[in-house]
Amino acid sequence: MSIPHILAHNKKDTVGVVVVEGLKAGTNMLGVVTADDSTFRLKAKMDVPIGHKIALVDIKKGDTVWKYGQDIGKAIADIKKGEHVHVHNVKTKKW
Amino acid sequence: MASKRKKKHSQPAKLNGGRLSFHGWRRENGRVGVRNHVIILPLDDLSNAASEAVANNIKGTLAIPHAYGRLQFGEDLELHFRTLIGTGSNPNVAAVVVIGIEDQWTKRVVDGIAKTGKPVTGFGIEGTGDLGTIQKASRVAKEYLQWASELEREECPISELWVSTKCGESDTTTGLASCPTVGNMYDKLIPKGIYGVFGETSEITGGEHLARERAISKSVGDKWYKVWKAYQDDVIEAHKTNDLSDSQPTKGNIAGGLTTIEEKALGNLEKIGHKCKYIDVLAPAEAPAKGPGLYYMDTSSAAAECVTLMAAGGYAVHTFPTGQGNVIGNPIVPVIKISGNPRTVRTMSEHIDLDVSGILRRDMTIPAAGDALIDMIIRTANGRLTSAETLGHREFVLTKLYRSA
Repeated sequence: MSIPHILAHNKKDTVGVVVVEGLKAGTNMLGVVTADDSTFRLKAKMDVPIGHKIALVDIKKGDTVWKYGQDIGKAIADIKKGEHVHVHNVKTKKW
Repeated sequence: MASKRKKKHSQPAKLNGGRLSFHGWRRENGRVGVRNHVIILPLDDLSNAASEAVANNIKGTLAIPHAYGRLQFGEDLELHFRTLIGTGSNPNVAAVVVIGIEDQWTKRVVDGIAKTGKPVTGFGIEGTGDLGTIQKASRVAKEYLQWASELEREECPISELWVSTKCGESDTTTGLASCPTVGNMYDKLIPKGIYGVFGETSEITGGEHLARERAISKSVGDKWYKVWKAYQDDVIEAHKTNDLSDSQPTKGNIAGGLTTIEEKALGNLEKIGHKCKYIDVLAPAEAPAKGPGLYYMDTSSAAAECVTLMAAGGYAVHTFPTGQGNVIGNPIVPVIKISGNPRTVRTMSEHIDLDVSGILRRDMTIPAAGDALIDMIIRTANGRLTSAETLGHREFVLTKLYRSA
Protein backbone atom coordinates (compact mmCIF):
# COMPACT_ATOMS: atom_id res chain seq x y z
CA MET A 1 0.00 0.00 0.00
CA SER A 2 1.23 3.54 -0.68
CA ILE A 3 1.97 5.72 2.32
CA PRO A 4 -1.30 7.25 3.56
CA HIS A 5 -1.75 11.00 4.09
CA ILE A 6 -4.43 10.67 6.74
CA LEU A 7 -5.47 8.06 9.32
CA ALA A 8 -8.79 7.58 11.10
CA HIS A 9 -9.08 5.27 14.09
CA ASN A 10 -12.65 4.06 13.65
CA LYS A 11 -15.36 3.88 10.97
CA LYS A 12 -17.56 6.10 13.14
CA ASP A 13 -14.97 8.91 13.27
CA THR A 14 -15.81 12.29 11.73
CA VAL A 15 -12.17 13.46 11.81
CA GLY A 16 -8.86 11.97 10.67
CA VAL A 17 -5.21 12.79 11.48
CA VAL A 18 -2.73 14.07 8.90
CA VAL A 19 0.36 11.83 9.14
CA VAL A 20 2.61 13.42 6.51
CA GLU A 21 4.60 16.64 6.71
CA GLY A 22 3.81 19.58 4.43
CA LEU A 23 0.32 18.55 3.32
CA LYS A 24 -0.95 21.09 0.77
CA ALA A 25 -4.48 22.24 -0.02
CA GLY A 26 -5.88 20.37 -2.99
CA THR A 27 -4.06 17.09 -2.26
CA ASN A 28 -6.14 14.05 -3.14
CA MET A 29 -5.37 12.25 0.13
CA LEU A 30 -5.16 8.51 0.64
CA GLY A 31 -6.80 7.67 3.98
CA VAL A 32 -6.79 4.49 6.06
CA VAL A 33 -9.13 3.48 8.89
CA THR A 34 -6.75 1.71 11.28
CA ALA A 35 -9.46 -0.43 12.92
CA ASP A 36 -10.07 -2.44 9.73
CA ASP A 37 -7.42 -1.23 7.25
CA SER A 38 -10.11 0.04 4.88
CA THR A 39 -9.05 2.91 2.61
CA PHE A 40 -10.74 6.09 1.44
CA ARG A 41 -9.94 9.21 -0.61
CA LEU A 42 -10.48 12.80 0.50
CA LYS A 43 -9.44 16.17 -0.93
CA ALA A 44 -7.65 18.48 1.54
CA LYS A 45 -9.19 21.96 1.40
CA MET A 46 -6.34 23.62 3.32
CA ASP A 47 -2.65 23.24 4.14
CA VAL A 48 -2.70 21.20 7.37
CA PRO A 49 0.37 20.38 9.54
CA ILE A 50 1.29 16.84 10.48
CA GLY A 51 -0.68 15.61 13.50
CA HIS A 52 -3.57 17.99 12.94
CA LYS A 53 -7.08 16.86 12.05
CA ILE A 54 -9.23 17.17 8.94
CA ALA A 55 -13.03 16.72 8.81
CA LEU A 56 -14.03 13.51 7.05
CA VAL A 57 -17.64 14.71 6.69
CA ASP A 58 -19.46 18.04 6.92
CA ILE A 59 -19.79 18.89 10.62
CA LYS A 60 -22.42 21.38 11.83
CA LYS A 61 -21.97 23.85 14.68
CA GLY A 62 -23.06 22.05 17.88
CA ASP A 63 -22.36 18.56 16.50
CA THR A 64 -20.36 16.06 18.55
CA VAL A 65 -16.96 15.35 16.97
CA TRP A 66 -16.02 11.65 16.87
CA LYS A 67 -12.55 10.10 17.05
CA TYR A 68 -11.55 6.61 18.32
CA GLY A 69 -15.29 5.96 17.88
CA GLN A 70 -15.72 8.25 20.92
CA ASP A 71 -16.94 11.78 21.71
CA ILE A 72 -13.99 14.22 21.73
CA GLY A 73 -15.96 17.46 22.07
CA LYS A 74 -18.34 19.75 20.17
CA ALA A 75 -18.03 21.86 17.04
CA ILE A 76 -18.36 25.60 17.75
CA ALA A 77 -18.56 26.46 14.03
CA ASP A 78 -19.65 24.72 10.85
CA ILE A 79 -16.77 22.67 9.41
CA LYS A 80 -16.73 21.46 5.82
CA LYS A 81 -15.42 18.06 4.77
CA GLY A 82 -11.68 18.44 4.02
CA GLU A 83 -11.16 21.44 6.36
CA HIS A 84 -8.78 21.78 9.29
CA VAL A 85 -10.35 20.81 12.67
CA HIS A 86 -8.74 22.25 15.80
CA VAL A 87 -9.15 24.61 18.77
CA HIS A 88 -10.65 27.33 16.53
CA ASN A 89 -13.70 25.22 15.72
CA VAL A 90 -13.92 22.46 18.39
CA LYS A 91 -14.17 22.75 22.20
CA THR A 92 -14.17 20.33 25.10
CA LYS A 93 -17.49 19.38 26.71
CA LYS A 94 -15.68 18.99 30.05
CA TRP A 95 -14.67 21.56 32.66
CA MET B 1 27.10 10.93 9.40
CA ALA B 2 28.17 7.34 9.25
CA SER B 3 29.55 5.75 12.38
CA LYS B 4 30.93 2.34 13.07
CA ARG B 5 29.39 0.19 15.71
CA LYS B 6 31.50 -2.50 17.26
CA LYS B 7 28.70 -5.01 17.32
CA LYS B 8 24.99 -5.27 16.98
CA HIS B 9 23.24 -5.55 20.32
CA SER B 10 22.52 -9.03 21.54
CA GLN B 11 19.02 -10.40 21.23
CA PRO B 12 16.95 -10.70 24.40
CA ALA B 13 18.09 -13.66 26.42
CA LYS B 14 15.73 -16.59 26.57
CA LEU B 15 15.57 -18.50 29.80
CA ASN B 16 14.42 -22.09 30.20
CA GLY B 17 12.89 -22.86 26.85
CA GLY B 18 12.07 -19.51 25.33
CA ARG B 19 11.02 -17.50 28.37
CA LEU B 20 12.19 -13.86 28.29
CA SER B 21 14.83 -12.90 30.81
CA PHE B 22 17.09 -10.02 31.81
CA HIS B 23 20.13 -9.52 34.03
CA GLY B 24 19.55 -7.47 37.17
CA TRP B 25 20.70 -7.01 40.74
CA ARG B 26 18.72 -9.01 43.27
CA ARG B 27 18.31 -6.95 46.45
CA GLU B 28 18.09 -8.09 50.07
CA ASN B 29 14.26 -8.13 49.96
CA GLY B 30 14.13 -10.24 46.77
CA ARG B 31 13.22 -7.41 44.38
CA VAL B 32 15.36 -7.04 41.26
CA GLY B 33 16.88 -3.74 40.13
CA VAL B 34 18.26 -2.78 36.71
CA ARG B 35 20.55 0.00 37.96
CA ASN B 36 22.96 -0.02 40.91
CA HIS B 37 22.82 3.51 42.28
CA VAL B 38 24.20 4.67 45.62
CA ILE B 39 22.09 7.74 46.33
CA ILE B 40 22.54 10.71 48.65
CA LEU B 41 18.96 11.56 49.59
CA PRO B 42 18.15 14.88 51.26
CA LEU B 43 15.23 14.84 53.66
CA ASP B 44 14.51 18.49 52.91
CA ASP B 45 15.51 21.49 50.81
CA LEU B 46 18.01 22.63 53.46
CA SER B 47 20.04 19.45 53.03
CA ASN B 48 20.51 19.68 49.28
CA ALA B 49 23.85 21.51 49.54
CA ALA B 50 25.43 18.91 51.86
CA SER B 51 24.00 16.04 49.76
CA GLU B 52 25.43 17.49 46.55
CA ALA B 53 28.79 18.04 48.26
CA VAL B 54 28.91 14.36 49.29
CA ALA B 55 28.08 13.27 45.74
CA ASN B 56 30.81 15.57 44.48
CA ASN B 57 33.32 14.02 46.90
CA ILE B 58 32.43 10.43 46.10
CA LYS B 59 32.38 9.99 42.34
CA GLY B 60 29.71 7.61 41.18
CA THR B 61 27.19 8.39 43.89
CA LEU B 62 24.12 10.39 43.00
CA ALA B 63 22.53 13.24 44.98
CA ILE B 64 18.80 13.69 44.49
CA PRO B 65 18.01 17.29 45.45
CA HIS B 66 14.42 18.51 45.73
CA ALA B 67 12.45 21.50 46.95
CA TYR B 68 10.44 20.35 49.97
CA GLY B 69 10.31 18.69 53.38
CA ARG B 70 9.80 21.51 55.84
CA LEU B 71 6.59 22.23 57.79
CA GLN B 72 4.50 19.80 55.81
CA PHE B 73 1.71 18.09 57.70
CA GLY B 74 -1.09 15.55 57.37
CA GLU B 75 -1.57 13.68 54.10
CA ASP B 76 0.95 15.94 52.34
CA LEU B 77 3.65 15.00 54.85
CA GLU B 78 2.77 11.31 54.60
CA LEU B 79 3.19 11.55 50.81
CA HIS B 80 6.56 13.27 51.29
CA PHE B 81 7.83 10.43 53.49
CA ARG B 82 6.30 7.75 51.25
CA THR B 83 8.00 9.24 48.19
CA LEU B 84 11.44 9.55 49.82
CA ILE B 85 11.26 6.11 51.47
CA GLY B 86 9.95 4.59 48.23
CA THR B 87 12.77 6.18 46.23
CA GLY B 88 15.40 4.80 48.61
CA SER B 89 13.67 1.42 48.65
CA ASN B 90 13.50 1.11 44.84
CA PRO B 91 15.55 -1.92 43.74
CA ASN B 92 17.53 0.24 41.30
CA VAL B 93 19.16 1.69 44.43
CA ALA B 94 21.87 -0.40 46.13
CA ALA B 95 22.43 1.78 49.20
CA VAL B 96 21.37 5.14 50.59
CA VAL B 97 22.83 8.01 52.62
CA VAL B 98 20.06 10.24 54.00
CA ILE B 99 20.89 13.79 55.10
CA GLY B 100 18.35 15.97 56.94
CA ILE B 101 18.45 19.21 58.84
CA GLU B 102 17.58 17.36 62.07
CA ASP B 103 17.70 13.78 63.27
CA GLN B 104 14.11 12.76 63.92
CA TRP B 105 12.53 13.01 60.48
CA THR B 106 15.85 11.85 59.00
CA LYS B 107 15.54 8.71 61.13
CA ARG B 108 12.01 8.16 59.91
CA VAL B 109 13.24 7.99 56.30
CA VAL B 110 16.21 5.79 57.27
CA ASP B 111 13.96 3.36 59.18
CA GLY B 112 11.55 3.17 56.26
CA ILE B 113 14.31 2.33 53.77
CA ALA B 114 15.99 -0.09 56.23
CA LYS B 115 12.93 -2.37 56.00
CA THR B 116 14.22 -3.48 52.59
CA GLY B 117 17.42 -4.75 54.26
CA LYS B 118 19.67 -2.56 52.11
CA PRO B 119 22.47 -0.46 53.65
CA VAL B 120 21.22 2.98 54.75
CA THR B 121 22.62 5.59 57.15
CA GLY B 122 21.23 8.98 58.10
CA PHE B 123 22.93 12.21 59.21
CA GLY B 124 21.39 15.28 60.85
CA ILE B 125 23.06 18.63 60.19
CA GLU B 126 22.00 20.52 63.34
CA GLY B 127 24.76 20.45 65.98
CA THR B 128 27.36 19.39 63.38
CA GLY B 129 27.08 21.83 60.49
CA ASP B 130 27.40 21.16 56.78
CA LEU B 131 31.15 20.50 56.77
CA GLY B 132 31.19 17.93 59.56
CA THR B 133 28.14 16.22 58.10
CA ILE B 134 29.68 16.14 54.62
CA GLN B 135 32.86 14.57 55.99
CA LYS B 136 31.03 11.82 57.94
CA ALA B 137 28.51 11.15 55.19
CA SER B 138 31.23 11.03 52.52
CA ARG B 139 33.07 8.24 54.35
CA VAL B 140 29.89 6.14 54.52
CA ALA B 141 29.03 6.94 50.89
CA LYS B 142 32.50 5.75 49.83
CA GLU B 143 32.07 2.45 51.70
CA TYR B 144 28.64 1.92 50.15
CA LEU B 145 29.87 2.73 46.64
CA GLN B 146 32.80 0.33 46.83
CA TRP B 147 30.55 -2.37 48.26
CA ALA B 148 27.93 -1.82 45.55
CA SER B 149 30.55 -1.84 42.81
CA GLU B 150 31.24 -5.51 43.53
CA LEU B 151 27.62 -6.65 43.38
CA GLU B 152 26.89 -8.76 40.30
CA ARG B 153 23.90 -9.01 38.01
CA GLU B 154 22.09 -12.33 37.74
CA GLU B 155 19.70 -13.74 35.19
CA CYS B 156 16.07 -13.21 36.15
CA PRO B 157 12.79 -14.08 34.42
CA ILE B 158 10.91 -11.16 32.88
CA SER B 159 8.23 -11.62 35.56
CA GLU B 160 10.59 -9.93 38.04
CA LEU B 161 10.59 -6.68 36.07
CA TRP B 162 8.27 -3.84 37.12
CA VAL B 163 7.46 -1.56 34.17
CA SER B 164 5.61 1.75 34.50
CA THR B 165 4.18 4.04 31.83
CA LYS B 166 3.20 7.67 31.39
CA CYS B 167 3.24 9.72 28.19
CA GLY B 168 4.21 13.34 27.71
CA GLU B 169 4.01 16.19 25.22
CA SER B 170 1.48 13.99 23.50
CA ASP B 171 0.01 14.71 20.11
CA THR B 172 -2.25 12.80 17.78
CA THR B 173 0.60 10.46 16.82
CA THR B 174 0.88 9.17 20.40
CA GLY B 175 -2.69 7.85 20.21
CA LEU B 176 -1.99 6.30 16.80
CA ALA B 177 1.47 4.84 17.38
CA SER B 178 3.56 5.19 20.56
CA CYS B 179 0.79 4.66 23.13
CA PRO B 180 -0.62 1.57 21.36
CA THR B 181 2.99 0.27 21.25
CA VAL B 182 3.11 0.42 25.07
CA GLY B 183 -0.37 -1.13 25.21
CA ASN B 184 0.74 -4.02 23.04
CA MET B 185 3.77 -4.53 25.31
CA TYR B 186 1.50 -4.72 28.38
CA ASP B 187 -0.92 -7.07 26.60
CA LYS B 188 2.08 -9.39 26.03
CA LEU B 189 4.05 -8.96 29.30
CA ILE B 190 1.30 -8.67 31.93
CA PRO B 191 0.27 -12.32 31.20
CA LYS B 192 3.94 -13.23 31.77
CA GLY B 193 3.69 -11.95 35.35
CA ILE B 194 5.21 -8.46 35.30
CA TYR B 195 3.93 -5.56 37.39
CA GLY B 196 2.66 -2.60 35.34
CA VAL B 197 1.23 0.78 36.26
CA PHE B 198 -0.47 3.72 34.57
CA GLY B 199 -1.82 6.93 36.10
CA GLU B 200 -2.43 10.62 35.21
CA THR B 201 -5.78 11.21 36.90
CA SER B 202 -6.71 14.52 35.21
CA GLU B 203 -5.79 13.13 31.84
CA ILE B 204 -8.36 10.34 31.83
CA THR B 205 -11.10 12.99 31.63
CA GLY B 206 -13.22 12.18 28.61
CA GLY B 207 -12.24 8.52 28.79
CA GLU B 208 -13.42 7.88 32.35
CA HIS B 209 -16.20 5.55 31.17
CA LEU B 210 -13.57 3.42 29.39
CA ALA B 211 -11.05 3.49 32.26
CA ARG B 212 -13.68 2.43 34.78
CA GLU B 213 -14.59 -0.56 32.61
CA ARG B 214 -10.97 -1.73 32.46
CA ALA B 215 -10.93 -2.62 36.17
CA ILE B 216 -10.77 -6.29 37.10
CA SER B 217 -14.02 -5.98 39.10
CA LYS B 218 -16.82 -3.54 39.77
CA SER B 219 -15.42 -2.68 43.20
CA VAL B 220 -11.98 -1.81 41.77
CA GLY B 221 -13.67 0.23 39.01
CA ASP B 222 -15.73 2.06 41.63
CA LYS B 223 -12.56 2.74 43.64
CA TRP B 224 -10.95 4.17 40.51
CA TYR B 225 -13.98 6.36 39.73
CA LYS B 226 -13.98 7.75 43.27
CA VAL B 227 -10.32 8.82 42.87
CA TRP B 228 -11.01 10.39 39.49
CA LYS B 229 -14.15 12.19 40.69
CA ALA B 230 -12.43 13.49 43.83
CA TYR B 231 -9.77 15.14 41.66
CA GLN B 232 -12.44 16.73 39.45
CA ASP B 233 -14.39 18.09 42.42
CA ASP B 234 -11.69 18.91 44.98
CA VAL B 235 -8.96 20.21 42.70
CA ILE B 236 -10.20 21.21 39.25
CA GLU B 237 -13.62 22.59 40.16
CA ALA B 238 -12.23 24.23 43.30
CA HIS B 239 -9.34 26.02 41.58
CA LYS B 240 -10.06 26.44 37.88
CA THR B 241 -10.36 29.86 36.28
CA ASN B 242 -11.42 28.60 32.83
CA ASP B 243 -11.91 25.28 31.02
CA LEU B 244 -8.20 24.44 31.49
CA SER B 245 -7.68 24.89 27.76
CA ASP B 246 -4.39 26.72 28.47
CA SER B 247 -3.04 23.84 30.58
CA GLN B 248 -4.67 20.56 29.70
CA PRO B 249 -4.16 19.99 26.76
CA THR B 250 -0.79 21.76 27.01
CA LYS B 251 0.42 24.29 24.46
CA GLY B 252 2.70 21.55 23.13
CA ASN B 253 -0.23 19.15 22.79
CA ILE B 254 -2.19 21.78 20.85
CA ALA B 255 0.77 22.57 18.57
CA GLY B 256 0.86 18.83 17.88
CA GLY B 257 -2.79 18.77 16.86
CA LEU B 258 -4.62 17.67 20.02
CA THR B 259 -7.73 19.79 20.49
CA THR B 260 -9.57 18.69 23.65
CA ILE B 261 -8.92 16.83 26.90
CA GLU B 262 -11.28 14.08 25.69
CA GLU B 263 -9.12 13.49 22.61
CA LYS B 264 -5.97 13.49 24.74
CA ALA B 265 -7.50 11.05 27.25
CA LEU B 266 -8.49 8.55 24.56
CA GLY B 267 -4.95 8.54 23.16
CA ASN B 268 -3.50 8.24 26.65
CA LEU B 269 -5.60 5.15 27.42
CA GLU B 270 -4.13 3.35 24.41
CA LYS B 271 -1.14 2.70 26.72
CA ILE B 272 -3.01 -0.05 28.57
CA GLY B 273 -3.68 -2.08 25.48
CA HIS B 274 -6.84 -4.03 24.93
CA LYS B 275 -6.64 -7.18 27.07
CA CYS B 276 -5.15 -6.41 30.49
CA LYS B 277 -7.26 -5.11 33.34
CA TYR B 278 -6.00 -3.16 36.33
CA ILE B 279 -6.25 -5.02 39.62
CA ASP B 280 -5.97 -2.19 42.16
CA VAL B 281 -5.86 1.59 42.55
CA LEU B 282 -2.77 2.91 44.32
CA ALA B 283 -2.32 6.15 46.23
CA PRO B 284 0.54 8.34 44.94
CA ALA B 285 3.91 6.57 45.55
CA GLU B 286 2.17 3.53 47.10
CA ALA B 287 3.80 0.16 46.38
CA PRO B 288 1.49 -2.41 44.78
CA ALA B 289 0.55 -5.24 47.12
CA LYS B 290 -1.85 -7.49 45.24
CA GLY B 291 0.68 -9.46 43.21
CA PRO B 292 1.64 -9.27 39.54
CA GLY B 293 -0.60 -7.36 37.15
CA LEU B 294 -1.52 -3.89 35.98
CA TYR B 295 -2.19 -1.16 38.57
CA TYR B 296 -3.55 2.38 38.45
CA MET B 297 -1.73 5.04 40.48
CA ASP B 298 -3.39 8.35 41.34
CA THR B 299 -0.84 10.83 39.93
CA SER B 300 -0.52 14.21 38.33
CA SER B 301 -0.19 14.22 34.54
CA ALA B 302 3.00 16.32 34.82
CA ALA B 303 5.78 14.04 33.60
CA ALA B 304 8.41 14.40 36.32
CA GLU B 305 5.90 14.26 39.19
CA CYS B 306 4.29 11.14 37.76
CA VAL B 307 7.51 9.24 37.02
CA THR B 308 8.89 10.19 40.47
CA LEU B 309 5.77 8.73 42.14
CA MET B 310 5.88 5.53 40.08
CA ALA B 311 9.59 5.07 40.85
CA ALA B 312 8.77 5.52 44.54
CA GLY B 313 6.12 2.80 44.12
CA GLY B 314 8.96 0.43 43.18
CA TYR B 315 8.86 0.40 39.37
CA ALA B 316 12.28 -0.20 37.80
CA VAL B 317 11.87 0.71 34.10
CA HIS B 318 9.64 3.42 32.66
CA THR B 319 8.14 3.49 29.15
CA PHE B 320 7.41 7.02 27.94
CA PRO B 321 5.56 7.67 24.67
CA THR B 322 5.99 11.19 23.33
CA GLY B 323 4.71 13.01 20.28
CA GLN B 324 6.16 16.52 20.35
CA GLY B 325 9.27 15.48 22.29
CA ASN B 326 9.21 15.54 26.09
CA VAL B 327 12.83 15.25 27.28
CA ILE B 328 12.22 14.01 30.87
CA GLY B 329 14.32 11.48 32.75
CA ASN B 330 14.56 10.26 36.33
CA PRO B 331 17.58 9.89 38.64
CA ILE B 332 17.04 6.22 39.48
CA VAL B 333 14.76 4.77 36.80
CA PRO B 334 15.67 4.54 33.11
CA VAL B 335 12.99 6.30 31.05
CA ILE B 336 12.58 4.83 27.56
CA LYS B 337 11.26 7.35 25.01
CA ILE B 338 9.05 6.05 22.22
CA SER B 339 7.86 8.31 19.41
CA GLY B 340 5.78 7.82 16.29
CA ASN B 341 6.04 11.41 15.11
CA PRO B 342 8.48 11.40 12.17
CA ARG B 343 9.25 15.11 12.60
CA THR B 344 10.16 14.63 16.28
CA VAL B 345 12.21 11.54 15.52
CA ARG B 346 14.14 13.61 12.97
CA THR B 347 14.48 16.91 14.86
CA MET B 348 14.98 15.51 18.39
CA SER B 349 16.65 12.19 17.59
CA GLU B 350 18.99 12.36 20.60
CA HIS B 351 15.97 11.99 22.91
CA ILE B 352 14.22 9.05 21.23
CA ASP B 353 15.06 5.44 22.13
CA LEU B 354 12.47 3.76 19.91
CA ASP B 355 11.17 5.11 16.60
CA VAL B 356 7.71 3.72 15.77
CA SER B 357 6.88 6.24 13.03
CA GLY B 358 6.59 3.30 10.64
CA ILE B 359 3.13 2.74 12.14
CA LEU B 360 1.96 6.01 10.54
CA ARG B 361 3.40 4.96 7.18
CA ARG B 362 1.69 1.58 7.60
CA ASP B 363 4.99 -0.23 7.15
CA MET B 364 5.18 -1.26 10.83
CA THR B 365 2.37 -3.06 12.65
CA ILE B 366 1.51 -2.32 16.27
CA PRO B 367 2.37 -5.92 17.34
CA ALA B 368 5.80 -5.52 15.67
CA ALA B 369 6.28 -2.19 17.49
CA GLY B 370 5.30 -3.90 20.76
CA ASP B 371 7.96 -6.57 20.17
CA ALA B 372 10.54 -3.85 19.43
CA LEU B 373 9.63 -2.16 22.72
CA ILE B 374 9.98 -5.42 24.67
CA ASP B 375 13.42 -5.81 23.09
CA MET B 376 14.32 -2.24 24.12
CA ILE B 377 13.01 -2.79 27.67
CA ILE B 378 15.21 -5.87 28.05
CA ARG B 379 18.27 -4.14 26.57
CA THR B 380 17.67 -1.24 28.94
CA ALA B 381 17.22 -3.57 31.91
CA ASN B 382 20.49 -5.28 30.92
CA GLY B 383 22.32 -1.97 31.09
CA ARG B 384 21.82 -0.01 27.88
CA LEU B 385 21.67 3.65 28.89
CA THR B 386 18.54 5.45 27.76
CA SER B 387 18.75 8.72 25.86
CA ALA B 388 17.57 10.55 28.99
CA GLU B 389 20.33 8.93 31.04
CA THR B 390 23.04 9.85 28.55
CA LEU B 391 21.78 13.45 28.43
CA GLY B 392 21.77 13.75 32.22
CA HIS B 393 18.02 14.08 32.70
CA ARG B 394 17.40 13.40 36.41
CA GLU B 395 14.15 15.20 37.11
CA PHE B 396 13.03 14.34 40.63
CA VAL B 397 9.87 16.27 41.47
CA LEU B 398 7.87 15.75 44.63
CA THR B 399 4.10 16.06 44.47
CA LYS B 400 2.75 18.63 46.92
CA LEU B 401 -0.89 18.27 47.96
CA TYR B 402 -1.32 21.69 49.59
CA ARG B 403 0.62 24.60 51.15
CA SER B 404 2.99 23.85 54.02
CA ALA B 405 2.20 25.15 57.49
